[in-house]
Amino acid sequence: MGNSIEVKDLTLNFGSVSVLKNMNLDVAEGEFVVLLGPSGCGKSTLLNCLAGLLDITDGQIWIKGKNVTWSEPSERGIGMVFQSYALYPQMTVRGNLSFGLKNAKVPQAEIDKRIARAAEILQIQPLLDRKPAALSGGQRQRVAIGRALVRDVDVFLFDEPLSNLDAKLRSELRVEIKRLHNQLGNTMVYVTHDQIEALTLADRIAVMKGGVIQQLAAPLEIYNRPANLFVAGFLGSPSMNFLKGKTVDGGRAFQFGSTRIDLAGYEGGAVLVRDNAILGVRPEHITVSTTPIAGPSMPAEVEIDEHLGADSLLWLKAEGTNMSVRVPVEGRLPAGTKVHLGLDIPKASLFDSKTEQRI
Amino acid sequence: MADVSMAAMSGPRGAKPKKALSGRNIMLYGTLIVVCLYYILPLWVMVMTSLKGMPEVRMGNIFAPPVEITFQPWVKAWSEACTGLNCDGLSRGFWNSVIITVPSVIVSIIIASVNGYALINWKFKGSDIFFTILIFGSFIPYQVMLYPIVILLRELGIYGTLWGLVMVHTIFGMPILTLLFRNYFSSIPEELFKAARVDGAGFWGIYFRIMLPMSLPIFVVAMILQVTGIWNDFLFGVVYTKPELYPMTVQLNNIVNSVQGVKEYNVNMAATMLTGLVPLIVYFVSGKLFVRGIAAGAVKG
Repeated sequence: MGNSIEVKDLTLNFGSVSVLKNMNLDVAEGEFVVLLGPSGCGKSTLLNCLAGLLDITDGQIWIKGKNVTWSEPSERGIGMVFQSYALYPQMTVRGNLSFGLKNAKVPQAEIDKRIARAAEILQIQPLLDRKPAALSGGQRQRVAIGRALVRDVDVFLFDEPLSNLDAKLRSELRVEIKRLHNQLGNTMVYVTHDQIEALTLADRIAVMKGGVIQQLAAPLEIYNRPANLFVAGFLGSPSMNFLKGKTVDGGRAFQFGSTRIDLAGYEGGAVLVRDNAILGVRPEHITVSTTPIAGPSMPAEVEIDEHLGADSLLWLKAEGTNMSVRVPVEGRLPAGTKVHLGLDIPKASLFDSKTEQRI
Repeated sequence: MADVSMAAMSGPRGAKPKKALSGRNIMLYGTLIVVCLYYILPLWVMVMTSLKGMPEVRMGNIFAPPVEITFQPWVKAWSEACTGLNCDGLSRGFWNSVIITVPSVIVSIIIASVNGYALINWKFKGSDIFFTILIFGSFIPYQVMLYPIVILLRELGIYGTLWGLVMVHTIFGMPILTLLFRNYFSSIPEELFKAARVDGAGFWGIYFRIMLPMSLPIFVVAMILQVTGIWNDFLFGVVYTKPELYPMTVQLNNIVNSVQGVKEYNVNMAATMLTGLVPLIVYFVSGKLFVRGIAAGAVKG
């Protein structure tokens, strides 16, 4: 299986502002890659570069083994779905679907065949003769996907396609996009700032910040072994607890305030002694007990107890640091309760607080 | 019990009626009526005077309706009034104005709409500077450019022809029309343009198939602005053409301001109304679209 998309040393400057910096990204054939990041991180810009809607400053873009760096968008073999749907308002759904094919001078019989197939896959047959104004948000986005589908391309580009929809429709269409990917097997690049979409849809996630890919890996890998502080803090809700301290005892323990936490079982194995380290533990990797716990643990005081239905969120203070813990619902712990927190060290992450990289 | 409720139901119902003659209404409608009179009186005088014969006009009473209605002044204004050596009335000026206005409007709108489209969607190096210079052009007083343009037209060999005037109108309409179209096109979502590019449409394909169908209101606005502006133009008409080619406005002036003979007020009034008829009709026919388009064009700057 070759690479479907290869981005080589891509750089993009707007005047003196550098938006994408020396970026490299390979997407395998049939892979679903999600570009995830906060707004302004360059993820949509990268997608526009892939689509050919922005001229890049330096580097190369290859799609399907062809150098398309300077090709027109329509010559790149891509289909694109936009956040605002971008349906042509004066045309019917059928007109929207056939617009690109007519530009490409595809014979009418073939156009009809492809529209019929796309309409069947997306279940929009009854809507074909309506104008976009007469469609609901979910139907419009379906048509927008259909417009990419009929072009019979290898690569689908999605630019925050679900952001304009309400929560219920969003999860429905999310599943539908996943199903579409399984059914068609196309390469898909999907931009979003929603981590749920990223975690559920992606084969691999590229977390971006400041025009640089921070980490490119499978969703669970990113969630469990974040490469740096930014990735660790960006994924997960509530976000990972960061304990500032230092490693001591030849790297076998972590000194957090007056508490010493044994690092036995940390997946990195023996860690060097570092004066500036951060121990990251996700809220669900901490247990709470009112009695002392064997193993790595620390004392804390409950501040707020939130019931979320399926589980509870405890907001605590330990050694002057705010922490959150996800626990099963079992009676309430009033504010001020003194508790012990048990840390699941094998699932924790250690960072160097200077370089912010994982140790 | 049933009787009581029936009686209660049959009484007057609904919200408390408002008094028609409240102080607020008197003020409101009073003001409106005064303003209406203010605007309609001159028109009334013009229409009445134009329907009177000269003896009746001389009696004074400019507000009184004609005793004997005559359309002779209208006929004279249209086809018999003399300006200089020509005695075929305003009709000559009317057709000159038509020949000037139609191509000027069409050409200037075509160029300006493509300008605005290119400036928003196909930004090139220096496009912003280009736009700034274009807008700056609309602030230069026409008088400054009168004579340079005379020289320019002479060098081009079209001084004194209708085509020279058409060119001048097209160029002078460019800044404001380009601004108008640019602002309107900037309110069309950029993603539509991107989608069309991914769909393989080119510069003209997107212009004709995507942008044009969505921009009817702004084209109507541009058309109205240009038709009225060019039709009502006097300065360029008098400077860049010669007597046989004078547009209607210049001819109207020559009829009304002629110093020889009797002042024929009834003919002057009829001539003035004939000249104003075209912009008036344009406003009436497309007024609704005009307001909508102006509002749409004003959204983004």
